[in-house]
Amino acid sequence: MQTQMIHIDHLVKRYGSKYAVNDISFTVGEGEIVGFLGPNGAGKSTTMNIITGYLSYTSGTVEVGGLDIIDYAYEVKKMIGYLPEQPPLYNDMTVEDYLNFVYDLKKCTFNRKKHLMEICEVVRIADVYKRVIGHLSKGYRQRVGIAQALVGNPKILILDEPTIGLDPRQIVEVRNLIRTLGLDHTIILSTHILSEVQAVCDRVIIISRGKIVADKRTEDIATAVEGNRRISAKICGPQKEVLQTLRAITGVVSAEAVGQHDADSITYIIESQQGVDIRKPLFSALAKSNYPLIGLEPVGMGLEDVFLSLVDAKEPATKSRRKTVSRRSSTEVKE
Amino acid sequence: MLAIYKREMLSYFTSPIGYVFMGVFLAVSGFIFSLATLQQGVDSDVGTYFTIMLFVFVVVIPLLTMKSFSEERRSRTEQLLLTSPVSLFGMVFGKFLAAYTMFAITYIASCFNYIALYKFGNPNTGQLVGYSIAILLIGAAFVSVGIFISSLTENQIIAAIGTIAVILIFLLASFLNQYIDVYAIRAVLSWISVYSRFGNFTHGVFDFNAVLYYFSISGVFLFLTVRIYEKRRWE
Repeated sequence: MQTQMIHIDHLVKRYGSKYAVNDISFTVGEGEIVGFLGPNGAGKSTTMNIITGYLSYTSGTVEVGGLDIIDYAYEVKKMIGYLPEQPPLYNDMTVEDYLNFVYDLKKCTFNRKKHLMEICEVVRIADVYKRVIGHLSKGYRQRVGIAQALVGNPKILILDEPTIGLDPRQIVEVRNLIRTLGLDHTIILSTHILSEVQAVCDRVIIISRGKIVADKRTEDIATAVEGNRRISAKICGPQKEVLQTLRAITGVVSAEAVGQHDADSITYIIESQQGVDIRKPLFSALAKSNYPLIGLEPVGMGLEDVFLSLVDAKEPATKSRRKTVSRRSSTEVKE
Repeated sequence: MLAIYKREMLSYFTSPIGYVFMGVFLAVSGFIFSLATLQQGVDSDVGTYFTIMLFVFVVVIPLLTMKSFSEERRSRTEQLLLTSPVSLFGMVFGKFLAAYTMFAITYIASCFNYIALYKFGNPNTGQLVGYSIAILLIGAAFVSVGIFISSLTENQIIAAIGTIAVILIFLLASFLNQYIDVYAIRAVLSWISVYSRFGNFTHGVFDFNAVLYYFSISGVFLFLTVRIYEKRRWE
């Protein structure tokens, strides 16, 4: 068993009568990269703010490195590097002044220059070291934010949506960076992008409405949510007749037109039963009716699908909700 | 605490605020000083000068304090401060000390005005020193009021206006006394009045009572600022 770096037991945070975090318990071992997954307002940031000591909690216990975060606030804060959702940057300072300030603030006792230079190398901000933070691009600002979290060599990094608002190349860079950092840090990161979790995390904790709905290893998460398969097909032909043909194929649970993206074809989302591959029967059925099939691709599981299927697993009564949401999510969440 | 102090001092000079404060303070104090003491026919008594200066503080002290906490809150940088190994008191006191350093340095710079007094008149040195101590203490009290008010809002303008209002109340409370008949209210008003305590210094008396009062005002408002942060964390 690994040493426990973060141990949370029956954590509750209440604002008035509203529960932001409702009875959460989990443990993070040393060297793990854990992803907090959930939609906005699920309690991800609140939980992170509690671990870092920014917010208090209503009840429960939170231990970091075996120390209670209230009784040993000072020691715990030295152990954690935190990147909040909005990087805490002073726009009027240069990167150099800022990192030196953070260095002093965290009361570090390393070789200052060497330590800061190392961090700049790791997050690749050495080229903007002398520039004013307010003038930097979003990607650089985010990386300065990560640099700030790394000052003082904390054992634990808590990153709240580290890739939000970055362009695709920067996202890949930041993910690679997180993976590199994961070699010698314990990391908790939050996100609402499933593929991000799959790309960097060892383990996923899914939070919904302040409760944990799943806590699994990343490779298990896909099988955990194995449900009906969906494919998107571009087909030429009159919509009504094509739909009839599609629905007649054995194994098809539902078929819906989602839009016309070019002149003569319409895109359909076809959902099939679990374990049934309908691509071949689909092709022959369409060929027989002479509706040319010009595109076919599987639709990945969006976060909301994963989410709802996990919630559904616990509350079967809500199953009917799934279809309405999943259609929307397939286009939104896919990256 | 030292880190926060250093950053605050730096930010006064990387933004125009520090320069504006010093410039306005020195210009206005020089102007008032020459009107109140250096004109033909006025003596070298500095009482009027210092009294007017108290009212100048109403405008210039908010310049120093309006953004101290409100700006941190608006830009979310307070998250960095509150999650670093710094005590709340250290954080508040570091900010206070930086604003106060600006105030004290500028006041001391304005003491160059007195050279003219010594050259052309016979100022009472004891009185000048007494006044200066009182001014420095009142400055501390007002700065901590400003720090407290800026911790209440994210908006610098509201912080500045709030600070102006509270400082004015402190200065003017005793003036209301002549219109109020109820003894209890008068007692309270003259108790909170900064100005009525300043009176003794005007007569050249070093009033320990007043010194203690000014210290308490600073202490109370800094303490309240810490409490605001504790409360916000626990709400």
